[in-house]
Amino acid sequence: MKRTIEIRWHGRGGQGAWTASELLAKAAVYEGKYIQSFPEFGPERMGAPVTAFTRISFEPIKLHCAIYNPDVVVVLDQTLMKTVPVAEGLSEDGKIVVNSKDSPLEIKQRLGVIDKVEVWTVPATEIAVKILRAPITSTAMLGAMARATGIVSLESIKRTVEERFRRDIAEKNFAVIEESYREARST
Amino acid sequence: MKSVVEQKVLALNGDEAVAYAVKQCDVDVVAAYPITPQTIIVERFSEYVANGEVETAFICTESEHSALTACLAASLTGARTFTASASAGLALMHEMLFVTSGCRAPVVMAIANRALSAPINIHGDQSDTMAQRDSGWIQIYAENVQEVYDSVIQAFRIAEHPDVLLPAMVCLDGFQLSHSMENVKVLPEEVVKRFVGVRQFPKVLTHEGRFAPLRLDPENPMTLGPLAFPNYYFEFKRQQEEAMKKALEVIRQVHEEYAEISGRRYGDGLLDAYQLEDAEIATVCLGSTAGTVKAVVDELRAEGVKAGLLRIRTFRPLPVEGIRRALENVRAIAVMDRSMSFGGHGGAVFHEVRHALYDSEKRPFVVNYIYGLGGRDTSPMQIRAIYKDLEGILQKGRVETPIRYVGLRE
Amino acid sequence: MTVQEKGWREIPIAAVCWKSSTEFLTGDWKTFKPVRDLEKCTRCLLCVIYCPDGAIRWKADLGDIEFDYNYCKGCGVCANECPAKAIEMKLE
Repeated sequence: MKRTIEIRWHGRGGQGAWTASELLAKAAVYEGKYIQSFPEFGPERMGAPVTAFTRISFEPIKLHCAIYNPDVVVVLDQTLMKTVPVAEGLSEDGKIVVNSKDSPLEIKQRLGVIDKVEVWTVPATEIAVKILRAPITSTAMLGAMARATGIVSLESIKRTVEERFRRDIAEKNFAVIEESYREARST
Repeated sequence: MKSVVEQKVLALNGDEAVAYAVKQCDVDVVAAYPITPQTIIVERFSEYVANGEVETAFICTESEHSALTACLAASLTGARTFTASASAGLALMHEMLFVTSGCRAPVVMAIANRALSAPINIHGDQSDTMAQRDSGWIQIYAENVQEVYDSVIQAFRIAEHPDVLLPAMVCLDGFQLSHSMENVKVLPEEVVKRFVGVRQFPKVLTHEGRFAPLRLDPENPMTLGPLAFPNYYFEFKRQQEEAMKKALEVIRQVHEEYAEISGRRYGDGLLDAYQLEDAEIATVCLGSTAGTVKAVVDELRAEGVKAGLLRIRTFRPLPVEGIRRALENVRAIAVMDRSMSFGGHGGAVFHEVRHALYDSEKRPFVVNYIYGLGGRDTSPMQIRAIYKDLEGILQKGRVETPIRYVGLRE
Repeated sequence: MTVQEKGWREIPIAAVCWKSSTEFLTGDWKTFKPVRDLEKCTRCLLCVIYCPDGAIRWKADLGDIEFDYNYCKGCGVCANECPAKAIEMKLE
């Protein structure tokens, strides 16, 4: 793993982009790493575009600025691709994980990213609705991202989910994470 | 020499770190009003109260003005008090800030620095606390979330110290620190409780001719906050200034004592000099952006550039001597201000740094960079450009534009 | 007689008053003085409550109220509020 990895999350208020960023950060802390996780809000309202950032490093993080060249981009809501430049600044050999039923190749073409970029898709909304009965895609995207990048282990993610949620909800989320981990596909 | 205590690592954002520190400090009264980006402090603390994790009396007041008044009044009865605010909320407390310091009440307040309206902006800049630098409060600016946690604990000791007895505000950049989750090593609760101790009171002569602890107590009636005519007001203000002067040494001592327990230091507690010993060009910066500057300084040093940074941690009282000594041998200095003083030819920090250097024999070039207003991000590239400008000034041997704006669209 | 005023090093911290306000007799401030008609007075004690200076007090040993003219500033609120019109403000 690089010394510092930067991840950018795109979602809408209420979908859990900020939560996903925090869960990832906490998982990394369990693995002894240094982290930073912060949101960027526009209007503070459900449905408005929300961006969240995570930095994970082997060294203490001094930077306190936005992430301009993320290594990984995660998109929790496909419709954002129309209005938000989700792939902006993505590093040349970066990865992008999108919540979509479409194939990674189709998404890659729509995004217009260069060939080196690895595109992953996972039908996170379908998985979340099936298991959680709500379109909260945060944990599904977390599972898919873990599969795509291997930044943190599934065990660490499960540990933070267990800490964060009530027993029964945590268990449902384990199922969501495991399924999205399995179902995520790349180009 | 105490040994460093074992500490567990938590992932907390700035606001959560404040609430966690307050939880450990045995605070008697918290009176607060919510305002972005401080809301999480009060929400989290109210959870501790509801769960019975603290025995604090939690008062939801109708405004920030009332919140500070409630804290002041409680403090005068002997309670250890805390509140938090930002931006317009702090501005609304303006009158009471002066009353609190005039009454010598050691209230501790966390400010999640946010821009002032108008236009409305919820994001981070330091105009709110800079505008209160004359209010008689101690001001400490944190660079990262770990420092936020450490500084809140230290603030109670500093404020309550018998040589000081002044209220203190711990400042954390809005969103950049308040909402940023970072690794935080926390001390065990017993260690914190031992460190902050129980509040002590100086003895004062009351009108009944007895010496009694300075606090409102029916057993020892006394009058606090009276009227003072022109023949006495001035002397009371001079007393306050003396407390500020003594605070310089107290802040250093408390910081040192805390460093022995925690293993962490921030310069000498007043100033954090980074790679400044042989620096030819340097910036002066307060708050979290100083961290970004440190990362850039590391890169520049690796390229052979003699760059440095002076981070001012304690802004009030201003460590004038320390600033002069730290910057005297630097040849070109960029002072970064995250606030504006309209019509004042530069920001507050710019003025004060120039003031600190005025009497020194060497005269470095000093320029001002206004940055980050309304939450505008400052990138490492922009910081590099500042150092490039400083090199340009040294080459030309003069300053063409003393006041500049980082990332401003013309 | 000028009182030697204290320097900033000698004054108590936080402006705690070192003299009681009761040491300052303000009775000389008045022009008009409240005089009570003992027959009209019903001992309702409203004047005791209203007096801004606390210069009218109930004296249990007397079983009656007492006006302390050392502190009364002659504001006339007692006369204004007395429901029995028992107090008259007389020129001193």
